[in-house]
Amino acid sequence: MQYETVIGLEVHAHLLTRTKIFCGCSTAFGAPPNSQVCPVCLGLPGALPVLNRLAVDYAIKAALALGCEVQRESIFARKNYFYPDLPKGYQISQYEQPLALRGSIDLDVDGAVRRVGITRVHMEEDAGKSLHEGFLDSARRSYIDLNRSGVPLIEIVSEPDMRSAAEAAEYFSRIKALLVWIGVNDGNMEEGSLRCDANVSVRPVGQTTLGTKAEVKNVNSFRYLEKALEFEIARQIEIVSQGGRVVQETRLWDSSTGRTQSMRSKEEAHDYRYFPEPDLPPLVVDAARVEAVQQTLPELPEARRARFVSAYGLPAYDAGVLTQSSEVAGYFEAAVAASGNAKAASNWIMGDVLRRTKEHDVAVSAFPISPESLGGLVRLIDKGTISSAMAKDVFAQMFESGRSADAIVAAEGLAQIGDAGALASIVAEVMAANVDAVAQYRAGKQQTFGFLVGQVMKASKGKANPQLANQVLRDALAEGAGQ
Amino acid sequence: MSTLPHTARAIRDAVAAGEVTAVEVCQAHLDRVVATNPSLNAFNTVCAERALAAAAAVDARRAAGDVLGPLAGVPVAIKDNLCTNGLRTTASSKILDTFVPPYDATVTARLEAAGAIVVGKTNCDEFAMGSSNENSAFGPVKNPWALDRTPGGSSGGSAAAVAAGCAPIALGSDTGGSIRQPASFCGIVGLKPTYGRVSRYGLLAFASSLDQVGPMTRTAADAALTMNVIAGYDRADATSSASAVPDFTAALTGDVKGLRVGVPRAFVSNGVDAPVLEAFDRAIATLKDAGATVVDVELPNAPSGIPVYYLVCTAEASSNLARYDAVRYGHRTTLAPGDTLQTMYERSRDEGFGPEVKRRIMLGTYVLSAGYYDAYYLKAQQVRTLLRRDYDEAFRSVDVVAMPTSPTPPFTLGEKTDDPLQMYLTDIFTVSANLVGLPAISIPCGFDAHRLPIGLQLTGRMFDEATLLRAADAYERATQWPTLASV
Ligand SMILES: [Zn+2]
Repeated sequence: MQYETVIGLEVHAHLLTRTKIFCGCSTAFGAPPNSQVCPVCLGLPGALPVLNRLAVDYAIKAALALGCEVQRESIFARKNYFYPDLPKGYQISQYEQPLALRGSIDLDVDGAVRRVGITRVHMEEDAGKSLHEGFLDSARRSYIDLNRSGVPLIEIVSEPDMRSAAEAAEYFSRIKALLVWIGVNDGNMEEGSLRCDANVSVRPVGQTTLGTKAEVKNVNSFRYLEKALEFEIARQIEIVSQGGRVVQETRLWDSSTGRTQSMRSKEEAHDYRYFPEPDLPPLVVDAARVEAVQQTLPELPEARRARFVSAYGLPAYDAGVLTQSSEVAGYFEAAVAASGNAKAASNWIMGDVLRRTKEHDVAVSAFPISPESLGGLVRLIDKGTISSAMAKDVFAQMFESGRSADAIVAAEGLAQIGDAGALASIVAEVMAANVDAVAQYRAGKQQTFGFLVGQVMKASKGKANPQLANQVLRDALAEGAGQ
Repeated sequence: MSTLPHTARAIRDAVAAGEVTAVEVCQAHLDRVVATNPSLNAFNTVCAERALAAAAAVDARRAAGDVLGPLAGVPVAIKDNLCTNGLRTTASSKILDTFVPPYDATVTARLEAAGAIVVGKTNCDEFAMGSSNENSAFGPVKNPWALDRTPGGSSGGSAAAVAAGCAPIALGSDTGGSIRQPASFCGIVGLKPTYGRVSRYGLLAFASSLDQVGPMTRTAADAALTMNVIAGYDRADATSSASAVPDFTAALTGDVKGLRVGVPRAFVSNGVDAPVLEAFDRAIATLKDAGATVVDVELPNAPSGIPVYYLVCTAEASSNLARYDAVRYGHRTTLAPGDTLQTMYERSRDEGFGPEVKRRIMLGTYVLSAGYYDAYYLKAQQVRTLLRRDYDEAFRSVDVVAMPTSPTPPFTLGEKTDDPLQMYLTDIFTVSANLVGLPAISIPCGFDAHRLPIGLQLTGRMFDEATLLRAADAYERATQWPTLASV
């Protein structure tokens, strides 16, 4: 029997506000433990939450970018459970009335568009961190760092619209790119700015009802997401195909063993006893505020990709690569403006620029060659001042030194010999030094032409414009033959 | 003591005029605390040094010719569920018996900024859960008018402290009557402001949608003076209101001519002790004599107040008290090797919380549980809406609604401790103001045959504390009931 996989994802994303969602403490990552805390995020007796307006704006921004309908009124709710890194004994989240509903995002699946529905986007606070390892007495006790307690989060819940681990990874990657693109998240999964849980089930192909799902937690990289889901899918198909039943449960991904393992069953599941948070009034977002946030939204990747095709005549593939981030897209447009040659700029960026950013682990914004400078290089090629082959070397020097292409070409005397007169004397020297080859050519042995061109290039130290050198040599050889 | 002024206003004026120093006033009140606390047990913590230093600072400011605050030199007692920076705050619970907050509640900060001198933290029912002050880890408070009687609860220590002359002003908190009922039992004035009128920041939450901080004083004028200082928007409390705050003392015209007083006769006639009902009727007659109009009103949903109140307050309490988990502060059980995290939670909370608090946490947890939420919590919220409509309807024809504060005079200590339901019913007239968010005041309206105090409760429109204080002040001028008990 053939089985179909059904996956829905819950993505948790930190919002890039400088302060926490319900207090004024800093959200900066990496500070000494418990140095960014106050009565509110420590859950001290009597402390009360006050909602960070900017966090709301960022959440609205994300919701709009995901095509969601922002709700006029949403309600914060308490999710009650005991855990040492949850200072109040409840997490302030949203439950029955979330900030935004009904969005979608398009994936490119084997060249076809697959639309994945977004069920909801809601706001909540992050918990602190339990530190179980790394202390001398870690065998006996755990430590708690509450710097992260109260960092603003949005949770993006998808519909169960994905059909493979690869699709789920693509979805997560698109969500990440989009949140980073609009500037509400830094995309840093190592620091936990972006996390993901997956709901996975399998069913026989053709069945319309959903199979029993397992929730896979703790998958915080694209690689692990795909691996964890593949493991989980195989596990479930194995069970079902042997006539067994999948148990509804929460499973934890263990990257060291490459397996998911049961964390708690449905029976052991928490009853979170949600109820409306009495310390916070309903969050009212009127149309004017949504409109104001909409104004701050940059052109989204989809729209920019389409525009790159229509406005610059780029192939769809190029447009896709160039809109992988707003930095790359911005770099490209600046390079086009400086060079006037979109396809050449695209080729340079997709090739040398992106390769070197990867090799040297440098952000596009910090790339040593500015887009204007790259534009200058493209112009030199287009004018015929340097050859494409030489341009590669110039590019390398630009990367090392940060100097402009013009400066390097001038300083190194790299400009091509594009003057027929200057080339004619080199050609004459080469012909004089290779009398035999000239004679062979004239006798009809065409292959020797290549040898002679090579000698001309060598004599010019590579600076001869190849087309012009061909032309001058061919003319000189023909002249002599006529005498 | 007898040579010193007794009200906050008189003390403030005498200190400002140099007739007495703030230190003298402070010392006299501290002496009174020391003299009465062995019998009353009204204070959990007395901060004599801190108080005398603050008083000396007021005297120094006066000597330097600085402007003095509206409560400069006035001793105040603070209910022990309000945070005081550097001063132990326990909520009368073992779970917090050594907790020293690193910050001030907004109300205590505002009082101190106005020149008030905090003399100590007053005993109360644990986490403000109770109606008799018998649910305190530090033992019950005694009623200054009769030491075998309860002072009421949960702000029993604050009420007893004011009635015994330990301070002219005490802060209480009121979730279902916890300011008004002890005020009634101790023969003083107690005002529960409109929900949102006074910041809850730094008030140890019992039921967040019901809790309000308010003044307990011996005169309406002192309540007004205190409200002028503590009322008003606080950016640290998202539920605090930005409504303009009037000068409450300016509202005390002594005139109630034309004031329309509503009496929900059907509600009030049921289950009320005869002496209370007699005192209530006399009080209504007094208001009428002073020019008020008395109108019959109906509050058909008011009898549902108690069940609705105990569903809402326990639900919220079960969540609010989850933070007392022995992780960051508060009582932690002695752990042995092999004890789990779960053991730490369970045993610490078992040892730290008293029986009534545990009862309410369990009730509230049940109320919010999957499958019960709609039947209990949601239903309770719906009845709350109906109750609000009752009051909206009543306030179309009246300015205040009058009821007894409590159906009985102060009862005997231990009388109701074995019967929680009987104890809960003592809040029948007070809970609806909290459920709707309305302001309500209790004022002394006489004594029964055993010279036990009886209180009259007036409930007003949202944010109309001024009318309540005006009526209370006018009634006070017309009656002059004694408010100082000679313990
Ligand atoms: Zn904080």
